[in-house]
Amino acid sequence: MSACVTFEDLTLGYNSHPAIHHLNGAVRRGSLTAVVGANGSGKSTLMKGIVGLVKPMAGACKVAAGISMAYLPQQSELDRSFPARVVDLVSLGLWPRRGLLGRHTADDRRIVSKALSAVGLEGFEQRPLDTLSGGQLQRTLFARVLVQNADLILLDEPFNAVDARTVTDLVALIKRWHGEDRTIMVVVHDLELVRQNFPEALLLARAPIAWGEVGSALSAANLLRARQFHEAWNEDAPWCAPEGSGDHAHGGDVHTHSHDGHHHHRGAA
Amino acid sequence: MSAVYDWAIAPFAEFAFMQRALLGAVLLSISACPVGVFLMLRRMSLTGDAMAHAILPGAAVGFLLYGLEIVPMTLGGLIAGVVVALGAGAVSRLTIQKEDASMAAFYLISLALGVLIVSLRGSNVDLMHVLFGTVLALNDDALVLIASIAAVTLVALAVFWRALVAECLDPLFLRSVSRLGPPVHFVFLGLVVLNLVGGFQALGTLLAVGLMMLPAAAARFWTSRVEPMCLLAVGFGIVSCVAGLLLSYHAGLPSGPAIILSAGVIYALSIIAGTRGVLAARVPRNAHRTA
Repeated sequence: MSACVTFEDLTLGYNSHPAIHHLNGAVRRGSLTAVVGANGSGKSTLMKGIVGLVKPMAGACKVAAGISMAYLPQQSELDRSFPARVVDLVSLGLWPRRGLLGRHTADDRRIVSKALSAVGLEGFEQRPLDTLSGGQLQRTLFARVLVQNADLILLDEPFNAVDARTVTDLVALIKRWHGEDRTIMVVVHDLELVRQNFPEALLLARAPIAWGEVGSALSAANLLRARQFHEAWNEDAPWCAPEGSGDHAHGGDVHTHSHDGHHHHRGAA
Repeated sequence: MSAVYDWAIAPFAEFAFMQRALLGAVLLSISACPVGVFLMLRRMSLTGDAMAHAILPGAAVGFLLYGLEIVPMTLGGLIAGVVVALGAGAVSRLTIQKEDASMAAFYLISLALGVLIVSLRGSNVDLMHVLFGTVLALNDDALVLIASIAAVTLVALAVFWRALVAECLDPLFLRSVSRLGPPVHFVFLGLVVLNLVGGFQALGTLLAVGLMMLPAAAARFWTSRVEPMCLLAVGFGIVSCVAGLLLSYHAGLPSGPAIILSAGVIYALSIIAGTRGVLAARVPRNAHRTA
């Protein structure tokens, strides 16, 4: 089992408040993982950490060498009023292959229109972006991920504003990627969808609660523990002590640790 | 027919200074208008205005040391513009302050400094030259300068086109696939400064930004794609220059403002009659399609 992404005691956050607290473990190459948790539990932050948009406050997040990445953010900074067509946006996905100056070949254009039809948007090439509905835009961005043809695919709430039929199509697409030996992490809120379609799940509540086979990771007990986490920052939370320097040691097993880590945050309140 | 010739062609055919003015203004349009389109699409229209003020102290120092000479004033303007662009960019990227506020702070300081320096030595006439330019007195040096700036701008736009579009359209995506985002931003600011400095001899620091922004703003009302928008902006720019020069020749008006006002007329017409303008949006359409 080779690791695609390795977390080493990773802490990510903003203004010295952790959003992901002491995460250890590895994402296997070729695995399909659902990232689950309440609002503010650090799911998106973890994604940004892997892409490198948020730098670790402690620990490290290592992506294996030579892995290409595609990232579908929850809130894209897309400027919808920019005068561009659907095909222009999806063609951005050719960047890893063509870069700044490489010509887009006829083959590339075929890849783009194939990707559009895979998300059910055939014939939308020439549509201006500002005429798309929210769900259509989301599917357009999904098509861009398809075009990127990456080894590691990070999808942050890809099913937002997408209708039920399209969700089924997109899940089928994700499963096809899974069959192609790509590594996929998807932030999802619909637990039923996760149970039915994802082999593995990572349950977050700032600290990792559980990570593994979907049935046991999303057990009733784990979900209950995840629900108890305190969403608001505590401005006076004590500084997290470095590893091994006293009462809250943070190394070791994710599962036993998360209890302590969890209480230590709440205990400060 | 000959009336048209007398009015529109003869001034350019007969007078070398009109030919020079036309050449300079057309080159400026080709170079500055596409830059203006991107400024507008990045919602940095007022940044262009701020940068135009920001080059003043540099040009003024050149003026103070060498008098009304194009090369020192241009170099000074370039340096001042780059300092302000980098300074404002750095403040917005390294602190919580957004670029609009840091830019405003930098350019206001710059403008005050510039006016102060010009008034140390020059007269009000000199100040007017610096602020409003003298397109009818473009010498060879100035034309060579403008031509070089146009060449550099077109090459840079061609090379960085895809990155510029990506940076405007989806900056987060560009950051996730490439490290070009921040450098492209500064390359672009560099182009803005370069074109303002180029326009400054012809139109002055205050009006150079007009030729950059007005055609771009007008073109926005006609098309919803970037490439035609840039071409259209260049076209509008050239038409404004020709119309402005003729107007100033026949009516004895100052040429800089005449050019910018011509662009203003095109802008006003575009607001009203453009395919994405007021009329098109307001005309009630009784028929609609089934899907």
